[in-house]
Amino acid sequence: MAQTAPGPLSAYEPDGFFCEMVGGSGNPAEHTKSIRQRLNSLDLEELRGRARDAELELYSFGITFTVYTQKDVIDRILPFDVIPRVISAQEWETIERGVTQRVTAINQFLGDIYHDQKILKDGIIPRDLVLGNKNYCPQMEGVDVPFGTYVHINGTDLVRGDDGQFLVLEDNARCPSGVSYVVENRHLMQRSFPDLMSNIGIRSVSNYGQKLHEALVETAPAGVSQPQVVLLSPGTYNSAYFEHIFLAREMGVPLVEGSDLVVEDDKVYMKTIAGLDPVHVIYRRVSDDFLDPDAFNPDSALGSRGLMQAYAKGNVSLANAIGTGVADDKAVYAYLPRIIKYYMDEDAILANVETHICREPEGLAYTLEHLKDLVVKPVGESGGYGITIGPHASAQELEKCRTDLLADPANYIAQPMINLSVSPTLTDDGIKARHVDLRPFAVTGKSTWVLPGGLSRVALTKGSIVVNSSQGGGSKDTWVLE
Amino acid sequence: MSRLLSRYAESIYWLARYVERAENLARILDVNETFSRDSRGWQNWQSILEINRDEERFFKDHDQADAEAVIYFYTLDQRNFTSIISAVNQARGNARTLRPLISTEMWIQLNMFSNILKSMQREDLSEPRLARFCNQVKEACQTHTGITEGTFYRDESWFFYQIGRAIERADQTTRLLDVKYHLLLPNDEEVGSPLDVSHWNAVLRSAAGYHAFRRVQPSGMMPGDVAGFLLFHSRFPRSVRACVHDISNRLSQLRSAYSLIGGSDALEELDELRSVLDDITIDQVIRKGLHEFIDWVQLKLIRIHGELGAAYFGYAEPTDVAQSAE
Repeated sequence: MAQTAPGPLSAYEPDGFFCEMVGGSGNPAEHTKSIRQRLNSLDLEELRGRARDAELELYSFGITFTVYTQKDVIDRILPFDVIPRVISAQEWETIERGVTQRVTAINQFLGDIYHDQKILKDGIIPRDLVLGNKNYCPQMEGVDVPFGTYVHINGTDLVRGDDGQFLVLEDNARCPSGVSYVVENRHLMQRSFPDLMSNIGIRSVSNYGQKLHEALVETAPAGVSQPQVVLLSPGTYNSAYFEHIFLAREMGVPLVEGSDLVVEDDKVYMKTIAGLDPVHVIYRRVSDDFLDPDAFNPDSALGSRGLMQAYAKGNVSLANAIGTGVADDKAVYAYLPRIIKYYMDEDAILANVETHICREPEGLAYTLEHLKDLVVKPVGESGGYGITIGPHASAQELEKCRTDLLADPANYIAQPMINLSVSPTLTDDGIKARHVDLRPFAVTGKSTWVLPGGLSRVALTKGSIVVNSSQGGGSKDTWVLE
Repeated sequence: MSRLLSRYAESIYWLARYVERAENLARILDVNETFSRDSRGWQNWQSILEINRDEERFFKDHDQADAEAVIYFYTLDQRNFTSIISAVNQARGNARTLRPLISTEMWIQLNMFSNILKSMQREDLSEPRLARFCNQVKEACQTHTGITEGTFYRDESWFFYQIGRAIERADQTTRLLDVKYHLLLPNDEEVGSPLDVSHWNAVLRSAAGYHAFRRVQPSGMMPGDVAGFLLFHSRFPRSVRACVHDISNRLSQLRSAYSLIGGSDALEELDELRSVLDDITIDQVIRKGLHEFIDWVQLKLIRIHGELGAAYFGYAEPTDVAQSAE
């Protein structure tokens, strides 16, 4: 990158990858020009000083991330990188339409498979892939949900390859997390870098709580004039507890735990100092299995006994609905372009990453043959666990992957290695290229709204493409320009 | 506005109690270090174990109650649930649960306070530095109280906070008095001696009451006067009577402002306790036995806690929770 004055960005090299800040080769990013200039006018020490202030603030604030494998470390600061990831208005317009389209199709798909199952009858997607899916929920068959909205909150994981096209890596239609970091990262930037942000025209992310509350109220059971919304959390030891607090505060609703709820005569109540108070909408951050020991996992103490029955009778709304996991399954994902076409008669605005389904013989054969070039993912896992990245794997790891694949092929999909785009990131060695992804959040009540921003996760280790916070990733503020 | 969850009510009540507890403990340690030397200049650290009825647990791991061991036990020892750091961790844990309710400033201050304590080492407690440590803890607790006063939204939860703080304060004052009174029960030749006076001085300072006492009693320091002051003086904010009045008033206000039906049993207990504290004199108490009287007050406080739990926190039976006050 040509710079007249030496600044911290002058020595920055995208290492041959598509860069969110400077663009692709021969295709410089015009929309970030003034941001680059401003960044370059700060010196590296100044930048580090402000990064330290921001870190200290996160520490004081107790923004925490619980990593399950490090049991004694409950509180760990989520690393925050101060150099923002910037998205142009045009790029955002595509993302917004693409995400909305995808969420609409997913909701229609769920409505269909839990009612008439036309898509199965028409042979668009294998019947057993849906009905035999461990996230398919037979108890949801015939249950109607207001406006056909099953997925009120959706997170779509996007990546960009060498050509700069956004691709969908996966859908998160169960309990997607991370939105609190979107808002908090912005607040952090506003306090640490007001000079970098003034007059740039960055779209606000601060009304997420309001928008979410509106959508939840819209989807309350019919006939309730002032619905009581609550947020159901598994409790203080959950990895996303900070986010539960954040959302409850933003919406001004009680943050309840399973023990606060009670179901009587198929109606849900919460225990208050004045006795039982009715509850109409539950934004639940507890997964399906743990919601109701009567209907699902009998050992669960996180949910409320009888909740499924109350839900099936339409006395309470759940966001997201039960049984949405079948739609964000990594195997069903492969069929999403066809699902969009089937319900909406449109082509997918955001393309999938090429996916080989190992449950299908040709998919398995291709995967085994090209193991070294592919990323192999277990379909049921999330958080980056169990992934084998062929090009980075040792011979031993590849062999283990091959054994696992042969033992249970239906548990895996394989995708080509995408050269994830990079974003300039402050490291001990100066500003270096690190790989990023993007998770925009869509909120759906009667209609869908996409938060103009998103969670940009960054793999802080050089060369790494695993951005999950549970695997040592960090995050950046994401600026969508006006 | 939705009704306050029972769990939140209990959490905020305990948050206030734990901060109050940490503050009292810091004051007791500080005062003990400075003022409680016996005729040979030895400090008696065992009395602090007695205040908290911790002798048995302490001597399981320690041979003798020397200054270093007792101080560590009550300050940074996370295995000891009656230490300052445990109280602050409990307060922080409750605050974390209550994040949707309390102000961000309340949370940040408690979180930082707990982080600072976690980063401290044994060296930070050596005797010349103990006073500084205790001051830091007291100041942090009082900062918390101030932030709460200035930022905490005054709905039902605010009342539970006030009630929790007042119950803990009353409890702490009774404990202090109980143990010190026994320990310092003067024998004939020591009455009025410089040592005796300094002991009572320490008791008052442990309850932050020395100057207030002096305003009421410009000269002299009779044990009965000190005990009477700490138990009954209505204008001293840490006296048992002032605290009980506070609890009772807050509870009445809470019930009427939020039309709560529950809580009448707690009020009945409070009325009884209050009328005794209003009417009885210190001479009557001493004649009947101070220890017995304090025992009775503590029992009443435990019952009040239990009744509050049954009425508001979702406890099944008022009696099954007497021990959770520990």
